[in-house]
Amino acid sequence: MYRYDEFDHAFVADRVAQFRDQVTRRLSGELAEDAFKPLRLMNGVYLQLHAYMLRVAIPYGTLNSNQMRMLAHIARKYDRGYGHFTTRQNIQYNWPKLSETPDILADLASVEMHAIQTSGNCIRNVTADHFAGAAADEVADPRPYAEILRQWSSVHPEFSFLPRKFKIAVTGAERDRAAIQVHDIGLHLKKNDKGEIGFAVYVGGGQGRTPMIAKKIRDFLPEEDLLSYTTAIMRVYNLHGRRDNKYKARIKILVHETGAEELARQVEVEFAELKNTELKLPESDIQAITTYFALPPLAERPEGWANLAGWKKADPDFARWVQQNVQPHKHPDYGMVTVSLKPIGGIPGDASDSQMDAIADLAEEYAFDEIRISHEQNIILPHVALADLEALYRGLVSIGLATANAGLITDIIACPGLDYCALANARSIPLAQEISTRFGNPDRQAEIGELKIKISGCINACGHHHVGHIGLLGVEKKGAELYQITLGGSGDENTSIGEIIGRGFEPEKVTDAIETIVNTYLSLRKDASEIFLDAYRRVGPQPFKDALYGSNAQAAA
Amino acid sequence: MADKVLTANRLSDGISVWLDASGNWVESLQDAFVARHAEAVTALEATGKAAFADNKVVDVNVIDIEEVSGVLRPLRLRERVRAEGPTIDYAPGYKGLTGPVQAA
Repeated sequence: MYRYDEFDHAFVADRVAQFRDQVTRRLSGELAEDAFKPLRLMNGVYLQLHAYMLRVAIPYGTLNSNQMRMLAHIARKYDRGYGHFTTRQNIQYNWPKLSETPDILADLASVEMHAIQTSGNCIRNVTADHFAGAAADEVADPRPYAEILRQWSSVHPEFSFLPRKFKIAVTGAERDRAAIQVHDIGLHLKKNDKGEIGFAVYVGGGQGRTPMIAKKIRDFLPEEDLLSYTTAIMRVYNLHGRRDNKYKARIKILVHETGAEELARQVEVEFAELKNTELKLPESDIQAITTYFALPPLAERPEGWANLAGWKKADPDFARWVQQNVQPHKHPDYGMVTVSLKPIGGIPGDASDSQMDAIADLAEEYAFDEIRISHEQNIILPHVALADLEALYRGLVSIGLATANAGLITDIIACPGLDYCALANARSIPLAQEISTRFGNPDRQAEIGELKIKISGCINACGHHHVGHIGLLGVEKKGAELYQITLGGSGDENTSIGEIIGRGFEPEKVTDAIETIVNTYLSLRKDASEIFLDAYRRVGPQPFKDALYGSNAQAAA
Repeated sequence: MADKVLTANRLSDGISVWLDASGNWVESLQDAFVARHAEAVTALEATGKAAFADNKVVDVNVIDIEEVSGVLRPLRLRERVRAEGPTIDYAPGYKGLTGPVQAA
């Protein structure tokens, strides 16, 4: 993974010292809140319902054991013993004291981490496929390009005060695991006919109150033009993006109002000016960054195949976990492990300090010290020998993180919702817990198959409900929580926005409604290989509407 | 007019607080001073502005509450969650807004 150079160390240390001074002046009253608020936000410090919240950047979701241990240490020393991994591959702490945030940032800096640009109208943490570097279907590792974008966008003077926040995602495979089509810019790494690396460029995707699927404005952008072309997009957006209305300020609105074709033309005009400037990426620079992301030395471990067969036969729970949570690695003797942060009835994305410490130990012992955070709020160990799976599994069982549900109905994404968030209208976590508990039986989950439920507590859609196979959006109606259900959303290479199925449901009726939807799906699918999303796309919403709102309708008025 | 209390978040640690009858910011809604007429609400608002200007608290708001059997209860769910803490068991040893649960 990328290691800070002297410049990086000095830059982050200076920033910590600067923020320490700002906090000191705020607490003494020298700085008023109006002046201080934008400064704290630039360092990831929000004010939520109960306390401040600190959002720490995990660049493209990649970290090592030492860094994970520091996240555990911060949870233990400065917070209440846990952290929340987010849909943007970051971690949030829910109870930090403002007075201690400079110390937290100093501790983070000691392991080459920070909270810069995790808020504000700037380019946020660049996200990437959580299986990057390990996936068998990968054209190239997206992380070097995400790192180049991170360095370029960090405190970029021209793009620190954009009309609105800006999110970039990169995927390196045809199978999109980074949801690039619902990002402001989505980059799909590919090869052209000559075998050269480049990107398909998507612009103007996003969720929130106006969900939009990104438009492809370039089918193949040579890798050397990554920064010049991205700068061209940013310039067009910075110039023409709306600053008169916060709700219309994202680039998706500009793309929609301008038209993708005209926007692409404007970008090309800017690009022509920038193409052969210092923004052109020399091959040597790309290679230098790529070196940081070299595959670890994966020794041949063929004994794992025979071992695995025996272990699976001896322990059905282990077999189920391998079946569900281990994906094929590009090296046949290895697997990519999803450590589910969705224990049955648990809080999606939360991990305790001791769990984080234990994950760090397990990653060091069995996964070459590499850890990822997925946008689906799970932890990934990308390089684990099949021969080590059983020992790893035992370790995960001992810390309560061996739930075999990756991609299943209980692998629910949920935002913090009204239990924490100052923007939320309704709670997300208790719903996730209730649905998880209802469907927690392993056999039942297996029968239902792949089904992604995503829950947001407000229209800002941090819980990605628009792209959930089943999406739940919490709203406030007459002072009470009400949940809209959307069906048919997807955040992969065939991205779709879910359709609102009908009237909303009161909290106590939501899980029954989900059960009705699931039973309807089970009754109409062609066979077990037709997953919920495919069945929905084949039959449309009507059978589900009939089941939900027929003569035995249970919807709230 | 609904009864009202003054709430904010403490500057130094962000913890939710309510204004009591002695002018102190306290961590329990149940200890808050309740304004039951317009003049009292005006006084609350003035106190809130002064406290904000004095850099003691941030995000100062007057909120509607009701008193049921001697217990103060915000009318909005958002404020009920603020007053009582997360409705979930978020971490071992912690409950609602409080720090570590005291041993019995």
